[in-house]
Amino acid sequence: MAVAEKIFDGLSRRAVLTGGLAGGILLSFHLPVRAFGVNEPVQPPDDTAGKFAPNAFIRIDAGGTTTLVMPQVEMGQGVYTSISMILAEELDADFSRLALEHAPPSDKLYGNPMFGIQATGNSNSIRAWWPHLRAAGASARAMLVQAAAQQWQVDPASCTTANSEVMHKDSGRKLSYGELALAASSEVPPKDVPLKDPKDFVLIGKPLKRLDTPDKVNGKAVYGIDAILPNMKFATLKACPVFGGKVAKVDDSAAKKIPGVQKIVVLDDLVAVVGDHMWAAKKGLDALVIDWDEGPNAHISSTDIWRDLRAASEKDGAVAKSAGDIVKGLATGDRLDAAYELPFLAHATMEPINATVHVTPDLCEVWTGTQVMTRVQSEAAKAAGLPVEKVIVNNHLLGGGFGRKLEPDMVVAAVRIAKQVDGPVKVVWTREEDIQHDVYRPVYRDNIAATLSDGKIVGWKYRVSGSAIMARWFPAGFQNGVDIDGVDSGIDMPYDIPNFHVEFVRAEPPAVPTGFWRGVGPNNNVFAIESFMDELAKKAGKDPVDFRRGMLGKNPRLLAALNLAAEKSGWGQPSPDRVGRGVSVQPSFASFIATVVEAEIDESGEVKLRRVTCAVDTGIAVNPDTVVAQLEGGLIFGLTAALYGEVTIDKGRVQQSNFNDYRMLRIDQAPKIEVHVIESGEAPGGIGETGVTAGPPALRNAIYAATGVALRRLPIDRAMIAAGKKS
Amino acid sequence: MTTTLTINGEAKSFDAPADMPLLWVLRDVLGMTGTQFGCGIAQCGACTVHIDGKPVRSCMLPVGAVRDRAVTTIEGVGASPVGAKVQKAWLDLEVIQCGYCQSGQIMSAAALLAATPNPDDSDIDAAMAGNICRCGTYVRIRAAIKQAASQRQS
Repeated sequence: MAVAEKIFDGLSRRAVLTGGLAGGILLSFHLPVRAFGVNEPVQPPDDTAGKFAPNAFIRIDAGGTTTLVMPQVEMGQGVYTSISMILAEELDADFSRLALEHAPPSDKLYGNPMFGIQATGNSNSIRAWWPHLRAAGASARAMLVQAAAQQWQVDPASCTTANSEVMHKDSGRKLSYGELALAASSEVPPKDVPLKDPKDFVLIGKPLKRLDTPDKVNGKAVYGIDAILPNMKFATLKACPVFGGKVAKVDDSAAKKIPGVQKIVVLDDLVAVVGDHMWAAKKGLDALVIDWDEGPNAHISSTDIWRDLRAASEKDGAVAKSAGDIVKGLATGDRLDAAYELPFLAHATMEPINATVHVTPDLCEVWTGTQVMTRVQSEAAKAAGLPVEKVIVNNHLLGGGFGRKLEPDMVVAAVRIAKQVDGPVKVVWTREEDIQHDVYRPVYRDNIAATLSDGKIVGWKYRVSGSAIMARWFPAGFQNGVDIDGVDSGIDMPYDIPNFHVEFVRAEPPAVPTGFWRGVGPNNNVFAIESFMDELAKKAGKDPVDFRRGMLGKNPRLLAALNLAAEKSGWGQPSPDRVGRGVSVQPSFASFIATVVEAEIDESGEVKLRRVTCAVDTGIAVNPDTVVAQLEGGLIFGLTAALYGEVTIDKGRVQQSNFNDYRMLRIDQAPKIEVHVIESGEAPGGIGETGVTAGPPALRNAIYAATGVALRRLPIDRAMIAAGKKS
Repeated sequence: MTTTLTINGEAKSFDAPADMPLLWVLRDVLGMTGTQFGCGIAQCGACTVHIDGKPVRSCMLPVGAVRDRAVTTIEGVGASPVGAKVQKAWLDLEVIQCGYCQSGQIMSAAALLAATPNPDDSDIDAAMAGNICRCGTYVRIRAAIKQAASQRQS
């Protein structure tokens, strides 16, 4: 069903507010004030009398406050502001008088048009919602205009709108949206409402201040971990360190003696301690003596996983795309083969995973920060043994998502614990448990073979081997053996190559759960492709930027980005000894980005990031400052992984545990970053993931330029650089 | 055991064991949730507060060790001119993304500027390297500290 229909499909105002939940409790929070149901009493069902609620996203009360309901979640990417800008633009609402609410769980009302379910990810919030939110705003505006025109007995076409007012220029009359709210409620939404010409935008394209940040400088912002309920208990837990292992025996005699410890909850796969505060819970947990039944996975190691993945990657895969004649293409010219490998990674959101849950015989209420509202609701229902309509989910600001909160596992565990607790319980994972029981970015091995003739690529065979995350998470995205995410930017290649072939080999690592990680599938594609491009450029005797330019003729947006990044970075100008510049380009997530990393590499193989220059054509940049911020942050996120990120497995368990051994890039290692946004009238592209995929290959290529060492694996191998083995 | 601390200029009395880190007293006993839990081992700085104006990781500071020293948290840092300038610079330059680490970043930055009104890049590195930002806002944190410093003089 088209989303425009979804927006208007028999939608009552009551349904907007309750999301169809029994009990009709308003599941929402307002920014910039605190969340309902968390640090304030739960509000009674909102009274819509006198309010104009034309669709699932907009409500205007008689006082003139425009409330916007956010179908996507705010995890730092600035989307609450961008969504508000789109709605307010077409509505002509006063941007300084907005209240924001988080959407309740409802795939019907708030399902992401690209996924069909209520999920925030894949850098598609703006891409997916752009036409639909504009239509929602424009329709609401048209209804307000109709109401005013009716009252004035004038032609609606003679009315104009701005700053939440309808004006009739000829007579000088005007009415505020608040004054019109009641009358507009009985207007019928127009069909085929015209949208603004982009040249008339007053909000979109301006670097407006974010709506969520003022409360983030003074401690007032409320994340899931900040939920406070009357008589709430606190819990922390330990799962079997071996994936799939079970609890065998627990000696809780010492733990029970710790002041503040209230209860020990022993489940089949984990043990939780419930206390008066996190400190009691943690001390209690540390005092437990737990014997684990480690189960069948206690022998698994990274060595075995890599051996198996390498073997799997030698087999033919399912064909994802094929053009021209790959056999002929690979038989023509000079051939180069390489394989690139990416490690397991944890998400390490700054807010450790957590959920607060209150289970009673006939209701389960959840307070958390999630990227998948409806999934959390349905999984909590299963865990609680209640029908889905008996589960209330209160979403919050997310202290980072990065894909970790596309999984509902933390809520399921918290519900299982809460079933044994009288009253609400806040379950907070320690950082160690957060890192050792993540849903990890999978290991990938990407094999590429290509042939060169006259300085251009004539044959390209690319095989991605790794986990098919889609098969589990979104089965429609896994068909005929191809995981659409795993090959995303492998299929969508920017270069003009006559004989082209892409395959996918599904190779699931044993026991280790795998899931989406910021940058998703293109992380492996862009790293492999752009690293290999530099190796091919060298083989062709060409400058890496010139080599790419020669094959970007059919991709003018990316070519323009490459030219701008090259110019701004001083590409081709002399650099000091042991300083290299590396480039990467990508058309991923419908944004066209070129990146140059400048890095200094010392004799020991240590890398100092000096400068990153990025040029981006993301189409219409709804909030250009957010585009810049997302690239700055995404680059740091990706470069962090390139420099340090690797989760390893030994004896069936994760060997890293906290920021001491799962390192993060810090401010003293952060490079200067320049982002140049190219003006564009194209539809908006995605931006949250893009810096993550852009940084690592550009860094790898900078190391290649400075040292001649061809790294083919992340994180970067300092010993290999120090040894100076050249390709 | 009843303890009384001066937090953001107010006396607060509560029951907590002396070995309980100040972080959990603030969050779980007093309901002051602006100070965040990130790692529990003083590696990330999300829990940074001021003790007599100095930045301290509250996740490893036993509440019994605070005694009569003044505690300032993110909820109170805006009461000082330097704290308010840091908050303003953070908003002016739109530093924040998810924001979860930013309470700690702002506390570290405010302590830096109180002690070193005109920090250079190496001062900023030294004072801020203990604070991890997973969203990668470091470029803007550096710029905002410099902006707050320059406004301080005017």
